[in-house]
Amino acid sequence: MALEDLFKVVKDRSKADTKPKADTKVKKPGMGVEIPRGLLFKCPRCGTVVYRDDFERNRSVCSACNYHARISFRERLEMTADKGTFTELDAGLTSLNPIDFPGYEEKIAELQESCGIKEAVVTGVCKIHKYNTVIGIMDSNFMMASMGSVVGEKITRAFEYATEHKLPVVLFTASGGARMQEGIISLMQMAKTSGAIARHSEAGQLYVTVMTDPTTGGVTASFASLGDIIIAEPKVLIGFAGRRVIEGTIKQKLPDDFQSAEFMLQNGFVDMIVERKYLRPTLSKIFRTHNYTRMEEYKGGAGA
Amino acid sequence: MSELTATQRLALIREKGRPTVRDYIPALFANFIELHGDRHFGDDAAIIGGVATFSGIPVTVLAQVKGRNLEENKQSNFSMPHPEGYRKALRLAKQAEKFHRPVICLVDTPGAFCGIEAEKRGQGEAIARNLMEFMMLRTPIISIVLGEGGSGGALALAVCDELAMLENALYSVISPRGFASILWKDATRESEAAELMKITAEDLMHFGVCEHIIDEPDGGAQTAPDLTAENIGEYLAEAVPRLKATDIDTLLERRYNKFRKIGVFAEE
Ligand SMILES: [Zn+2]
Repeated sequence: MALEDLFKVVKDRSKADTKPKADTKVKKPGMGVEIPRGLLFKCPRCGTVVYRDDFERNRSVCSACNYHARISFRERLEMTADKGTFTELDAGLTSLNPIDFPGYEEKIAELQESCGIKEAVVTGVCKIHKYNTVIGIMDSNFMMASMGSVVGEKITRAFEYATEHKLPVVLFTASGGARMQEGIISLMQMAKTSGAIARHSEAGQLYVTVMTDPTTGGVTASFASLGDIIIAEPKVLIGFAGRRVIEGTIKQKLPDDFQSAEFMLQNGFVDMIVERKYLRPTLSKIFRTHNYTRMEEYKGGAGA
Repeated sequence: MSELTATQRLALIREKGRPTVRDYIPALFANFIELHGDRHFGDDAAIIGGVATFSGIPVTVLAQVKGRNLEENKQSNFSMPHPEGYRKALRLAKQAEKFHRPVICLVDTPGAFCGIEAEKRGQGEAIARNLMEFMMLRTPIISIVLGEGGSGGALALAVCDELAMLENALYSVISPRGFASILWKDATRESEAAELMKITAEDLMHFGVCEHIIDEPDGGAQTAPDLTAENIGEYLAEAVPRLKATDIDTLLERRYNKFRKIGVFAEE
């Protein structure tokens, strides 16, 4: 099965990512002093340990291997949109429990509390380098940003809004795939979002995908792969099937770079790999070459 | 209406002797000509594609190929398509659009194949492309789930104007086993998962995913393949001319809305 094991894999990879508990202590090699683990970031790709402050100042990019780590909706918005230009769309949508999966509502409520967002994607309109655009940002902290009814509906509405207002769409994808807790309804969101993209595309509007860590499963097999231009962040995981499923099939271990952004570029499924620090100017150039006009002269500065 | 539980149906559709598209295609269609290849990479035996006539109407047939024995299954990769299979399907669907032929998809797969080559050739992109293109295809599309409708691998042939299911067929986001193994970390709870997931034809009608249920004889399609084929034929005899007579823009609007309205959420 396509999606089996995917969550396991993504979770395994994310374990190293999540903030270690602040009360445990770690000895930093060669330093001889104990410091709280919460102050450190260990790169899940290369294992390098750095101070969290330095790491965050570096836009949450590993200074050793250039892995572009997972960041929250808030952090992404701040480094992408022009300051003060973001207006959220469809903020009031929340999940129900279509197949009565035990504990689903409680899990959602918990995540809403801990993540400070209502679902795994936030959509809205903003300016990037003064270009008006619809933006969607998936946050892997929220149930590995799996796609259920709300994610599907918000993305669909974002494209419908963009079609109506003749705007481009920039989507930051990150997902473990379909949200199995919603059963077949989650699978149908793949078709629904793809339909809205088809209409936006037919209306001659631009859709840019930015694939971030991890873009997998049913999201790769729907809206993430349908951008007119597909950008990926360095070293992120991009793929359809879970690594363990494939390893189980072929009975051997896969190379580390399998299903990386670089692997996808080499195989022809992304247009370019762009580092975080160059993303805004890259998007600006893309808007410019698609005949979108700036609202006024851009004077610099990101941050919502 | 089937009295069987989802678990019993799961066992039934996996039984040896359950008819496959190799039985149904000759029973349902005349003048079938198989067309091979995606014109980019190769030909995938997990999906048969071709042209035929149904009750005198030219149609395009796209069918996922379960094997009736190990030899056939090896040949068709247990009906788990590679990207080139989905791309062949898309090529033939576009050809159907050009010649105004209705497209009939016979869905029967545990899922899209998971492997190194499938990833390298863009399994995700191939499925995504079909979802988008089928949504806009300017000719009627009917999909029929014959046995297993497994995840995105099934959906890639199921963006359609109408979805019918054989009475005992199942259609799900993931196999019950996978569901149990991921959400409960316990694959042995497969049958509990099957009941919880709401994957039977009746469940899917309730969700607006399925429009029509096709009767199977007692004991399942395998007890009387000819009778099952007749039932499928009866449904198609009604649906094909009806959809073919519908104005194409009306059809596309309905197709969009069929999927557009699926979702369960609250709005403040
Ligand atoms: Zn690193």
